[in-house]
Amino acid sequence: MSKHHVSATVNGEPVEFLCEPQETLLDVLRDRLNLTGSKEGCGSGDCGACSVIVDGRLLCSCLILGAEAEGRAIETIEGLAQGDKLHPLQQRFLEHAALQCGFCTPGFLVAAKALLDCNPDPTESEARFWLAGNLCRCTGYDKIIRAVLDAAADLRKAKGDARHGL
Amino acid sequence: MPRINIAGNAVKRFTHGETALDVEADTFLRLILELDQRFPGLGRQIEESMAIAIDGEIYQDAYHAPLKPGSEIWLIPKIAGG
Amino acid sequence: MAYETLRVVGTRPIRPDGVDKVTGRAQFGADMTMSGQLVGKMKRSPHAHARILGIDATKALALPGVKAVVTSADFPEIPDEMAFVGEGPMNFRDLSCNCMARDKALYEGHAVAAVAATTAAIAEEAVALIEVSYEVLPHVIDVEAAMAEDAPLLHPRMITQGVSPAPTKPSNIAKKIVFALGDVAQGFAEAEAIVERKYTTKPVHQAYIEPHACIAAAGSDGQAQIFSSSQGQFMVRAYAAKLLGMDIASIRVTPAEIGGGFGGKTLVYLEPVALALSRKCGRPVKMVMSREEVFKATGPTSGGTVSVKIGAKKDGTITAAEAVLKYQAGAFAGSPVGPGCMAAFAMYDLKNVTITGYDVVSNRPKVAAYRAPGAPISTFGVESCVDELARKIGMDPIAFRAKNAAKNGTKAAYGPTFRDIGYAETLEAARKHPHYQSPLGKNQGRGVASGFWFNIGGESSAAVNINEDGTAVVVEGNPDIGGSRAALAMMAAEVLGIPVERVRPVVADTSAIGYNFLTGGSRVTFASGMAVVQAAEQAVAELRKRAAISWDIPVDDVAWADGKAHATGASVGKFQPLSLADIALKSARTGGPIGGKAQINAQGAAPGYGTHICDVEVDLETGHVTILRYTAVQDVGRAVHPSYVEGQIQGGVAQGIGWALNEEYIYDKDGRLENPGFLDYRVPVCSDLPMIEAVVVEVPNPRHPFGVKGVGEVPIVPPMAAVANAICDAIGVRMPDLPISPPRLRAAIDRRAEAAE
Ligand code: FES
Ligand code: FES
Repeated sequence: MSKHHVSATVNGEPVEFLCEPQETLLDVLRDRLNLTGSKEGCGSGDCGACSVIVDGRLLCSCLILGAEAEGRAIETIEGLAQGDKLHPLQQRFLEHAALQCGFCTPGFLVAAKALLDCNPDPTESEARFWLAGNLCRCTGYDKIIRAVLDAAADLRKAKGDARHGL
Repeated sequence: MPRINIAGNAVKRFTHGETALDVEADTFLRLILELDQRFPGLGRQIEESMAIAIDGEIYQDAYHAPLKPGSEIWLIPKIAGG
Repeated sequence: MAYETLRVVGTRPIRPDGVDKVTGRAQFGADMTMSGQLVGKMKRSPHAHARILGIDATKALALPGVKAVVTSADFPEIPDEMAFVGEGPMNFRDLSCNCMARDKALYEGHAVAAVAATTAAIAEEAVALIEVSYEVLPHVIDVEAAMAEDAPLLHPRMITQGVSPAPTKPSNIAKKIVFALGDVAQGFAEAEAIVERKYTTKPVHQAYIEPHACIAAAGSDGQAQIFSSSQGQFMVRAYAAKLLGMDIASIRVTPAEIGGGFGGKTLVYLEPVALALSRKCGRPVKMVMSREEVFKATGPTSGGTVSVKIGAKKDGTITAAEAVLKYQAGAFAGSPVGPGCMAAFAMYDLKNVTITGYDVVSNRPKVAAYRAPGAPISTFGVESCVDELARKIGMDPIAFRAKNAAKNGTKAAYGPTFRDIGYAETLEAARKHPHYQSPLGKNQGRGVASGFWFNIGGESSAAVNINEDGTAVVVEGNPDIGGSRAALAMMAAEVLGIPVERVRPVVADTSAIGYNFLTGGSRVTFASGMAVVQAAEQAVAELRKRAAISWDIPVDDVAWADGKAHATGASVGKFQPLSLADIALKSARTGGPIGGKAQINAQGAAPGYGTHICDVEVDLETGHVTILRYTAVQDVGRAVHPSYVEGQIQGGVAQGIGWALNEEYIYDKDGRLENPGFLDYRVPVCSDLPMIEAVVVEVPNPRHPFGVKGVGEVPIVPPMAAVANAICDAIGVRMPDLPISPPRLRAAIDRRAEAAE
């Protein structure tokens, strides 16, 4: 079995790796690039714990092959904070106690970021349907949804402020 | 002499069906020893699977839990949880 | 010490481990690596019930990259006896046989061998190359079928306990238990209305999102290390030692962050196997389950049948109650039918009551604890029956419950008298809640149900170390499954009188702190909290002593307040207060490091009660049920961190709704699980649920310094009946069988239509 040589960017940084043809992007992130923030809850696209953004699209990294990452821009949970400044989603998750065990949290944060990237002002129901691919067994989703809606408002405000030169 | 009540049927086979006993014992530990003397094997059964409730408070494993005459004393199955 | 004004307890600080968990830095079970590690994989039985005639690993071992294979022959044979380590009584022979089948495979997915290899792909190939010859045996899945005279026997020596005279023939009934109070026949004779019905529930999985994972390394010196995700590092250590015949001191277990457990991680599945593989090849072995393995070989909780009969007078007084519970234990004895019996009627003050329970084995994975183990099943039956009875005599369901509610002084069906309980308070809060008065539309209905759980205390160790800059470290030994670090740090901060941000809690490995019973039974904030409080109080006593030494005054003249030592009594006003940091900085001159330590068996746990209100809308076309609104009221004693208390309640409710509407284990005719994945085993997702309002009632527990009772288990107890009662209110159809999935509800609606024609 020969390995594939893949070049891609992960969280803005260029990476190169070798991977087996059957290895998923999730395996590559976790086992080859040491980015264990993306989690495997099912390996079959049903739980969303492995959510990543590939070229702007939200995907389950357990459903794509590592080899398919060639030339693509991948965003993972590790790239969500800017240095030591948390993303508003991360901050609101903490304030709302939107995590208990925290295992689903990276996937939710990445999925929520993808939501707010394309819909900065989601309704509760839009947020619930968008995040329906992410399972959380601990929280009953209540605080997660509140955190996402509050973070959306924060981001809108920050954007508005920027626009008005504040 | 404290009166000991036994919940359920788990130890009936030791006590010949009795579910309430007067036992000369002032702590849970002495109670276990005394009951085991009277009904061989019962002591181990209590150690393994029963807790003691004294006046409504459940003690899982406290040998020193004091037994007073007039107290309500129950041996009940041990409880754990999820 | 009494704490009258609280500054930290009851506030909502950001949890100390929060940033790690929102940035992906937190290390869960599968995130750890060791140099030279191998990958371990399990070979599992494809049969529900089969004798293992032989295992041939020759071909697997010949595969390049394969380093070790283990089977039951690599585990010491353990005598068939009970011991009490960890989660209550445990038959270690059964636990050993569950980790690695001996002689017989008892369910599909039962481990029969394991391989360690250099890569996952090689390990998988090797698993396929292990040849197991089986004699397939007849199997039995359902509880009543397993109880039948002619059912295939799982354990040829199983004689039902709790029956006298003891049966002479073996059966699949491990145990019969009976609790009785008063005279039930007399009670039913006095009743003016009686409801009697049989309810069934299906096994459901805890479905934590993190699959089981561990890494184990054995050295040639006989010392071993395990890093794993579990509900208790001390439980893992004890079980691994017992199953492998090792000394406890030779095993060091470091707890990973745990990605959910709900009771399902109170047992070991992988750790002893990974360690046995590592012992054989001398390299670290990492094992991670797939989701399919999690469904097939771990958890779930019992399914069962619950027959309930309750009689009442027209004024609503219950005169008698009776229940018969039959719980599936899975392949080995030990369903939670005992607590199921004890919790069944714990909401009510009953004069005449009988509860009978059966613990029944069948060819399914051995059940594991799941939040309030046993109680949700019996309570579904009882609270559905209570609802029907209230309707029958035309009483409001909350008023009916209030009339019969257990109070301080009520005698439980299992004997003792309740004290410090807050059930009536939850009913009152539910009755007064605006939700209860709000209007309903067409095909909409409202259901109410209550629930009970014991909550436990147990063995706990904690240390509080004061650092030289005036910060503090809390060392504790319970995996943090839902924010307990925050609660424990808050309690320490409260006692020390410093901001919670200056307290760092650490969940220690088994070599760094004394024994702790596992994270379960809603015990950590209560029991480990009590240990932390005592350790912090000891540290405060030491801090006062050191201040007294610095000032050269008697220690009795030093008081501790607001994180500072104050001179009092004869010395009042003579000295500037000394802060914790001032004292800590000088500790070398006043006697050395400052800290406190407590190792206790926490007594005085108090039971919890909840009352839930659920609104549903039923789609008559499809049988689909929408949860419109949900309010869960619970007595928690005192909420240390209210957000995490609410979170526990909301999460428990969501699991209960899944149990009510969708979740079930489905078997084919060969006893193979048909839905071992999240696609077909459907847990509630975001879009299935509304906001869940958690209403916290605080009836303090006088035995805890801050009044804490347990929180995490009660909320899963009422939802199944609350949902079923709401459906009945909406469309007049009583659904006694769970889950109330769309096809099932649609069929019931059709049956009613046919009956009406
Ligand atoms: S691990 Fe990818 S969706 Fe579950
Ligand atoms: S916080 Fe545990 S699964 Fe979501």
